Amino acid sequence: MNLETILKMQNELLLVAMLLAILIGEIFTTQQGKVKLINFTIITFAAVTLIGFFNQPNGDLFGGMFHTNSLIHLLKNGLNVGVLIILMQSAGWLKQDLIQQKKSAEFFMLLFSSLIGLNFLISSGDFLMFYVALELSTLPVAALAAYNAYKRQSAEAGIKLILSATLASGLALFGISFLYGSAGALYFDDLANLLQLSNLTILGLVFFFAGLSFKISLVPFHFWTADVYEGAPINVASYLSVISKGAAVFIMMFILFNVFKAFTSIWEPMLYIIAIATMFIGNLFALRQQNMKRFLAFSSVAQAGFMLLGIINMSALGVTSVVYFVLVYMFSNLGAFGVVQAISQKTGKENMDDYNGLYRTNPMLSMVMMLGLFSLAGIPPVAGFFGKFFLFTAAAGKAYYILVFLAVVNATIALYYYLKVIRAMFLRQSENPIPHFNNDVFMKIGLATASAGILILGLYSPLYDYIQSISNLIFN
Amino acid sequence: MDILSLFIVAPIITVAVLLFAKNLNQSRIISLIGSLVQLGMAINLMFAYLAERASGNSAIMVFTKSFVWFKSLNIRYDIGADGITVFMIILASIVVLAGVFISWKINDLPKEFFISLIVLATGVYGFFISLDLFLMFLFFEVAVIPMYLLIGIWGSGPKENSAMKLTIMLMGASALLLVGILGLYFYSSPDGALTFNILEISKVNIPAEVQHYLFPVVFIGFAVIGALFPFHTWSPSGHASAPTAVSMLHAGVLMKLGGYGVFRVAMFLLPIGAKEWSWFFIILSVIGVVYGALAAIKQTDLKYINAYSSVSHLGLVLFALLMLNKTTWNGAIIQSLSHGFMTALFFALIGMIYERTHTRDVRELGGLLKVIPFISVIYVIAGLASLGLPGFSGFVAEMTIFVGAFQHVDLFHRVATIIGATVIVITAVYILRVVGMMLMGPVKKEAYNLLPQATWYEKTGVFLLLIPIIIIGTMPLWISDIITESIKPFIERML
Repeated sequence: MNLETILKMQNELLLVAMLLAILIGEIFTTQQGKVKLINFTIITFAAVTLIGFFNQPNGDLFGGMFHTNSLIHLLKNGLNVGVLIILMQSAGWLKQDLIQQKKSAEFFMLLFSSLIGLNFLISSGDFLMFYVALELSTLPVAALAAYNAYKRQSAEAGIKLILSATLASGLALFGISFLYGSAGALYFDDLANLLQLSNLTILGLVFFFAGLSFKISLVPFHFWTADVYEGAPINVASYLSVISKGAAVFIMMFILFNVFKAFTSIWEPMLYIIAIATMFIGNLFALRQQNMKRFLAFSSVAQAGFMLLGIINMSALGVTSVVYFVLVYMFSNLGAFGVVQAISQKTGKENMDDYNGLYRTNPMLSMVMMLGLFSLAGIPPVAGFFGKFFLFTAAAGKAYYILVFLAVVNATIALYYYLKVIRAMFLRQSENPIPHFNNDVFMKIGLATASAGILILGLYSPLYDYIQSISNLIFN
Repeated sequence: MDILSLFIVAPIITVAVLLFAKNLNQSRIISLIGSLVQLGMAINLMFAYLAERASGNSAIMVFTKSFVWFKSLNIRYDIGADGITVFMIILASIVVLAGVFISWKINDLPKEFFISLIVLATGVYGFFISLDLFLMFLFFEVAVIPMYLLIGIWGSGPKENSAMKLTIMLMGASALLLVGILGLYFYSSPDGALTFNILEISKVNIPAEVQHYLFPVVFIGFAVIGALFPFHTWSPSGHASAPTAVSMLHAGVLMKLGGYGVFRVAMFLLPIGAKEWSWFFIILSVIGVVYGALAAIKQTDLKYINAYSSVSHLGLVLFALLMLNKTTWNGAIIQSLSHGFMTALFFALIGMIYERTHTRDVRELGGLLKVIPFISVIYVIAGLASLGLPGFSGFVAEMTIFVGAFQHVDLFHRVATIIGATVIVITAVYILRVVGMMLMGPVKKEAYNLLPQATWYEKTGVFLLLIPIIIIGTMPLWISDIITESIKPFIERML
């Protein structure tokens, strides 16, 4: 291990170091010191996030099991920022509930373990690393989903997640074994050259795809989503919907474009159908939801369908649009989830009807929520509009005009239910609205960061052009 | 800052200042100053445009500016103006200013109301000046979304449903539009240098079979907001539920986006498709023209009457555009302007009457001429303008359209023109019916005798809209000269 190796794995190593620091800090702090530990962790993690933005070397490690490039760095930084926002949004919850239950430090450890897993997942260069990272990223989240130990729903969420996740990773592993059996290799680069189109490899592709689809909650592997989001603590739900989904979409795209690049005739129609099914089912189910968490769960299912529109175009344009959309989606969803979190934490209310008249009592929260929802719906001038437009451009670039049309129809359906929340907040009045309340500093910074991201990411074009320039490099 | 970008910057600054307003008085003063500045800019733009043309600049678009925005997709901030744009901007700025006056007494969340109103105006200005399809689409949606809040929060009646219906239908139309724009983008260049720029795409001849599929998509995408039959259903309920100023802006300006987009994008970029499909859409627009007018006869709610009359009048715009002839095009643009001012005026007056009598049902009203003479007289004038009395803008517009349409000698166009022309009579019926029931006769209720007269801000708003109607009606040649100049590129490309 020389310095360069360390630098290439800088993000992962820093996270591990942080995790150990929390572990040690946990031992030496008293009950009163726990609040400080929470503040310390968030600030340290902010520093780690910041360090990530400095230039990092690209290249392979461990004979190609671990590889990294500018795009992966960008995504890792994005994930860090996302987790940072989530942590800030959950600071109040941690201080209020978890310290009494004496498990605030464990929350961080589980979350960071999962984040490390995701970092390795998007950096993985062979299927072994991929599988280990997949497990590492999923299992801690199952524990987190069951974190509200005294709530029956939370326990149910944990069980549901762990069962689905193990089934999914079992499927993925099964698929990988087929690939290994037919090609005799596990490295992505080797497989790309060795894989021949045969029934066995196609089966391998399908199983692998199904396994990963669970994580992205594509239809028909989305059944766990709504229940888990509803039962899990909100920050865990937002972690699942944003961070874990974003990383999984990226690695799915990466593997499809690299390992299965000769198989486009197989996976393009597959994605086509799954994209349509995911968008329609996600949206149609979202229409009737009253609970905000379930609502956002189905909305995130539908959003995953949109992401496939970028993957379907195997080109630099496709890569760019997907990575860009993932970043945009992250900020948008975190804005919406943050508001749900803030309200749920102060008042315990999670239903759409409870939001009636919110604007008149809490204008700022309503504005953040509106920004987030508009961005998810793809309304200009916020970032979501640009993200969606570029995804559609990518799909239209492959002349999938019907798919684009169906996607835009779905965007309109989605607009209806996003407007329902806006209707509750702005149009309706309530006899006992949610009273005005002030958020703690961390929550405010978290929401402000998300809003700033939503506003700036779209109008500020250099980010998109930057992603495009890296994807061009990678694709050649 | 160039003369056109100001139309985006000025409203944004107004909104930014509005954010700090504390009460109704501050909000309305800020909006008033903002929209006065915009009107000033619009008039300045017109003179600048005339000077530019007089100095011999014969480019399709003048005052063009171009900045790269998203380099890798060649999305650019491309703006420019021709005579049509200039007139549309003047229309928008006058209606916005009148809208601010009419909303002088808005009580509920005034700051938010004016912010939404000005954001809508930003979208409209941006739409008219964009030469880049991406930019145009962006501003289109910026203009539509505030409608939801404006109708939903400050509206009346079944406002939630109307607002939702309007938004979903218009956004659904923009779904088609998006597909169309992407189609245009990927056929915009034979050698792979794709572009969203309208002028550059117009130099490329898109294959006929592509135009065949693309034209209806783009056309319907725009025409929904121009109330094309059978996609007009959002309009009556939306108008009826909207607050006065929003109805004015909506019918007066927002619906013009449809005709403008159809002309500038669908027909200009896809001329072969336009010729191929014109018969089909002529049928739809003629149905819209006659059906809208007939429906207006049966309505009893004043706002519904005007909403259906808008469907009819705007159907005429689409009809005129699809006739593919330079006289009708000229008429279509004058009709757009004329209808914009007229409907805005109508809705302003209806708002005033409703505020005083708390009903919009013509059966409950009567004899208003005796109690609120100013409002009633203006209503009669607006009505006469709408039914096409010479001297007002409606006459000029309809005259030009039907004279132009009659130049087509084939049976189909003749029949369509004759059916369309019946609207002149039907319009007279519904206008005079309302005038007779509402304004003439005995005063229906005792309480009506105590109705307050029009206030200064109402009068100002009304005059702002009335003056252009008379200007268009009395000086049509001056306007149609500028328009004729601007439709030359369309003529070269299509006829």
